[in-house]
Amino acid sequence: MPGLVIENVTKKFGAFTAVADVNLRFKTGEMICFLGPSGCGKTTLLRVIAGLESATEGTITFDGQNLTSIPVHQRNVGMVFQSFALFPHLSVGENISYSMRVRGRSRSEREDRVRELLDMIRLPGIEDRRISQLSGGQRQRVAIARALALNPQIFLLDEPMSALDANLRESMQIELRKLQQELGITTIVVTHDQTEAMTMADNIVVMSAARVQQTGGPIDIYKKPVNKFVAGFIGASNLLPAKMTGTDQVRVGEHNIRVCQSGEGAAQGQDVLLMTRPEEIYIHAGGGRSGENQVNGRVTFIRDIGATIEILVDCGGNEVSALMTPKGFPEVEVGQDVSVEMPVDACMALAA
Amino acid sequence: MHAWTQDAACRKESGLFGRTRPGLTAAGNAAANAEFPRRTALSPRDEDRAMRSGTGTELAGRKELAFGRYLTLVPSSVMLGVFFLIPFALILAVSVAHKTEGGDFIFGFTTAHYERFFSGLYIGRAVFSTVTALSVSVLTLLIAFPFTYMLTRFTRRNRTLWLIYILAQLSLSEVLIAFGWQVLFSSTAGLSYILVLLGIADKPFPMAPGLGAVITALVYLALPFAVLLLYPALSRIDKSYMEASQTMGASPVRTFFNVVVPIARPALISTGVTMFVLTLGAIITPQVLGRPAHWTLSVLIQDQAIFSANMPFAAALAVVLLILAGGVIALVSRLNRGNG
Repeated sequence: MPGLVIENVTKKFGAFTAVADVNLRFKTGEMICFLGPSGCGKTTLLRVIAGLESATEGTITFDGQNLTSIPVHQRNVGMVFQSFALFPHLSVGENISYSMRVRGRSRSEREDRVRELLDMIRLPGIEDRRISQLSGGQRQRVAIARALALNPQIFLLDEPMSALDANLRESMQIELRKLQQELGITTIVVTHDQTEAMTMADNIVVMSAARVQQTGGPIDIYKKPVNKFVAGFIGASNLLPAKMTGTDQVRVGEHNIRVCQSGEGAAQGQDVLLMTRPEEIYIHAGGGRSGENQVNGRVTFIRDIGATIEILVDCGGNEVSALMTPKGFPEVEVGQDVSVEMPVDACMALAA
Repeated sequence: MHAWTQDAACRKESGLFGRTRPGLTAAGNAAANAEFPRRTALSPRDEDRAMRSGTGTELAGRKELAFGRYLTLVPSSVMLGVFFLIPFALILAVSVAHKTEGGDFIFGFTTAHYERFFSGLYIGRAVFSTVTALSVSVLTLLIAFPFTYMLTRFTRRNRTLWLIYILAQLSLSEVLIAFGWQVLFSSTAGLSYILVLLGIADKPFPMAPGLGAVITALVYLALPFAVLLLYPALSRIDKSYMEASQTMGASPVRTFFNVVVPIARPALISTGVTMFVLTLGAIITPQVLGRPAHWTLSVLIQDQAIFSANMPFAAALAVVLLILAGGVIALVSRLNRGNG
């Protein structure tokens, strides 16, 4: 079986379960983001893959080789730590060549590779600097170069952007993604930042409370969240309490709404949540219309920040947010009765 | 592409750092000392602002701050003066005083006592004391460092138990420990019985008095201090350094020598120096467990001051001891700076 396969992996610390029965399968050369709030087990899962923690149960295989019982220093992984963990007593060049020195590579080979890696991260000629002389962005790139020195099978990054300021973070996300595509190396990034995950990943693994909530491409996860947690964690969403009245129909108040898909655990007759994304919603001036998939409401707030306009509508006690550009603005005012149209494609029923 | 342009700016900035920093060290000790109180008095940002635009009002503000920070130095200066400088001045004065017949002394100036030190067997004693103290501090570090490193990796409960045990050991006096070891080293009730049981020795033998006994007991005395001094430094080392080393292929043992030892080096050296000074001052253990040939300079000082009633000579020996200790500390910290 090619690629990275994680089967039934559970990690317990005493009575506390950090990772519960995770099953994942990725192709070689993919970029994967573990996304979730802090304490959801994503870092622990990464550390199990690195070998820094041993799995309580389950196996990890890469390209058919079972890694589970191989100690960390014998696995061929490269890891970038949240604090970067660059050795303060070594120079930049010595840090990068550390793994090669441990493996007994010759001096000239090490020097050539260090030069090559410094060119790759576009910081040529800084071999002799001390780590304390580097900026945060430079440290991150040196940490990346150090982790890649031995061409590892799996490249792991634990919250690599958290020590950088916002501007640098955005450009580094793009740089990291480009580098990963150039090298074609199977990469896992742990993050709690959904934009970061959506910028970089081929596949996102959304985790919460030690479990995998959903796996898939960034847009799949955004458009088709399987549950309330994913809908709330990835992007903004409107959640209206509803009741499942048919296989593809829910009832919100006195309105019937057709949905394109129902998430897990949304059976007929059950209380569900109707999920829509703010940018998919249309607002029509003048209430009382009752076309398909429309709900009546009253505008409570308009946030016009130039590029986008957000309209908040009170629909029978529940707030619905609609996001649009000035071109699509329906010229409504606060206090006006409106009808909110939720296209069928954009409506999903999720278990309450 | 703009990511790297932005970072080029950072690089320029850090290049600036690279130039200013060595200048600071080159300015020497005095400048570093002058730098120290300023750093504590001003936050880095204030300092930065003051450095960039040294306008009149800001300079006046800094003068006021300067007065304020001298004020905070007063209590500690008084303490140092009363309890350290004045006694030291007295010792210096006594070391050049004239000895009288009745075991008393009159203040004056004579180098006779120093001449006596340099003429006789006392130089040999001084060298012996230094070598003994150095070996004790090296042996202590060899045991304490790996032990303390293990300690930081224990579970919280085990760690606390060990630390309590070590602290409890500190509550025993040197006298008690020295006599305890004397019993253990004796031929009647001692460790040699274990050697007989193991078949290593034929019959029990006394292991004290002897140099080995003195060094063993001194290491035993120094060990808890070394552990307590090393513990905070070792427990502060970010564990991800060790983990990073392991993900790069280094075994735990290799990681210990490649990463833990170099990162902990400043703590190792300062602990070593402290153990050296501590051992140099030991007066009971060498007398209880050693022959007169194993007496250190500290024992001789006590001997001169109390039994020979020769205060001026004792004071001169004390000054020599102080210079010796100061010399070793200066040498070690110079070596440390040179390599760091």
